[in-house]
Amino acid sequence: MNSRYAGRRSRNIIAMILSLSATLFGLGWLVLILGTLLWEGFSGLSLRVFTEMTPPPGAAGGLLNPIMGSLLLTFLAVIIGTPIGILAGTYMAEYGRHEKLTSVVRFINDILLSAPSIVIGLFVYEVVVYPMGHFSGWAGAIALAVIVIPVVVRTTEDMLTLVPDTLREAAASIGLPRSLMIVKIAYRAAKAGMITGILLAVARISGETAPLLFTALNNQFWSTDLNAPMASLPAVIFQFALSPYKDWQALAWTGALIITMAVLTLSIVARALSASGKQS
Amino acid sequence: MQPAGRRTVVDLALQDNSIRAEAASRSRVLARLQLGDSGFRYLTRAAALGVLALLGGVIVSLVIGAWPALRQFGPGFLVSERWNPVTENFGALAPIYGTVITSLIAMVIAVPVGLLIAMFLTEMCPMWLRRPIGIAIELLAGIPSIIYGIWGLFVFAPFLQDTLQPFLIRIFGDIPVLSTLFSGPPYGIGMLTSGLILAIMVLPFITAISRDVFDAVPPVLKEAAYGIGCTTWEVVRYVVLPYTRVGVIGGIMLGLGRALGETMAVTFVIGNAHKISASLLAPGTTISATIANEFTEAVGDLYTSSLIALGLILFVITFIVLACARYLLLRIERRIG
Repeated sequence: MNSRYAGRRSRNIIAMILSLSATLFGLGWLVLILGTLLWEGFSGLSLRVFTEMTPPPGAAGGLLNPIMGSLLLTFLAVIIGTPIGILAGTYMAEYGRHEKLTSVVRFINDILLSAPSIVIGLFVYEVVVYPMGHFSGWAGAIALAVIVIPVVVRTTEDMLTLVPDTLREAAASIGLPRSLMIVKIAYRAAKAGMITGILLAVARISGETAPLLFTALNNQFWSTDLNAPMASLPAVIFQFALSPYKDWQALAWTGALIITMAVLTLSIVARALSASGKQS
Repeated sequence: MQPAGRRTVVDLALQDNSIRAEAASRSRVLARLQLGDSGFRYLTRAAALGVLALLGGVIVSLVIGAWPALRQFGPGFLVSERWNPVTENFGALAPIYGTVITSLIAMVIAVPVGLLIAMFLTEMCPMWLRRPIGIAIELLAGIPSIIYGIWGLFVFAPFLQDTLQPFLIRIFGDIPVLSTLFSGPPYGIGMLTSGLILAIMVLPFITAISRDVFDAVPPVLKEAAYGIGCTTWEVVRYVVLPYTRVGVIGGIMLGLGRALGETMAVTFVIGNAHKISASLLAPGTTISATIANEFTEAVGDLYTSSLIALGLILFVITFIVLACARYLLLRIERRIG
């Protein structure tokens, strides 16, 4: 009896130690990756990074054109993807909550949400780049928009479902048409959550590389022409990091630091926003 | 609310001469609102159908793009190891093999570690630490994959080359099966390194979902087990895990879907070699890495088409895995909710 108890206790202790070390292991990676990133990226961080174009190998330069390219592509992707996502999410939560169509769309949307982004790149290549005959900024923005849509659909539906029905009934009882009720009441009640969703979508696409490789391609020079190939931070990091030139590699680290900081800031803001939304 | 009801109110009002003018304008407003109402409804419905069309579009465009290669090589495409752009002879076996093996390595490491972290977070961790640690783990999921790639190439691969890989070669050098698994020079980059990086990347997904389903176990069940004297480990092993099995498997499949489709991190450290080696230390390639590396340089329709066919295979595999994952998670959601 006693030895059995000792055995159970020691198994428990082993399991506890294992789970504690697993947690430390997981956190360790975060510290390691962020640490290296700060260490390698900070040394190259200067005003020049934000004011000069990407250099040829061996020359000094910055990341101005990829930064602008990334901002522009992200902005366009959100402008294209968000309305579609919000409208689809609205249908699922407001009009067709119990319809078969809604559960089918939800299922498909969840699959799109975690579909490999490189496949999205191939899709946009087939649909946009190939018919146009050349790589373009538009193709990149569309590829990113395809990634934005499922994220926004998901959060919009979830947030609208949380809006209490009493609010809708109150709006209906004073004669508000359903569409106005959705726009003026339900959207307003779910605002924090929906903005969180958009921020998460921005965080997700600002680091995406795979779908840009053969849509927006890359561009060594300053270009805001959406019909031409466009530089983006992830694509430049990919190119520079795999190059044999030391100063290109250093710029790649700096770019990586900028992206990571942007993404982490966005996701922390999104988290804070959704936390404050839950309390109120 | 009901359009018919609205009209009767207006009709009643119209019978009264004194407010006829006002009622007429009111009915115009109502008509406009009604139009806007159904317009909005159709707009949202179209957007919802658009999501379905998006998936359909992805499948159709990939099939069309892959058709020349599939017609040329037939089912042999799946089982051929050849990959020769010069003679335009392509087969998908090496990338499929690489994708499966790297994902397998990732899951072997990430599943136990992820479950243990979830156990720590739900059963052992002091309350005030739960949120910060949970957020930190989720931040790992937020780091873009290209960051894992550059970190893997410049930091992790050299580290493995100097420490873990020579160690593995020395330890397993004399054991029959394992010696082939860990043979060859320590390149640093290769299948094992990619698998390890993937493990770090899918860890947060598995942890987050396991933690959520662990949290959903009714406290009474756990309290009852603790009440008859179960240890923490026994509660997790015999109460929490059986109760949440379906959800945990769903979370694992979701992680697997990520690992299979992950592109950038793997592209940096896999070495892009179109061959199947018995050794895990050897460079290889995965479906996504092949596409990322070669697509823009592909000359000739057959080459491009073969790469799109690879994309189609990847999409089909991940679609099946993700569909299973969602189905399982849906089942547990229904049971809890």
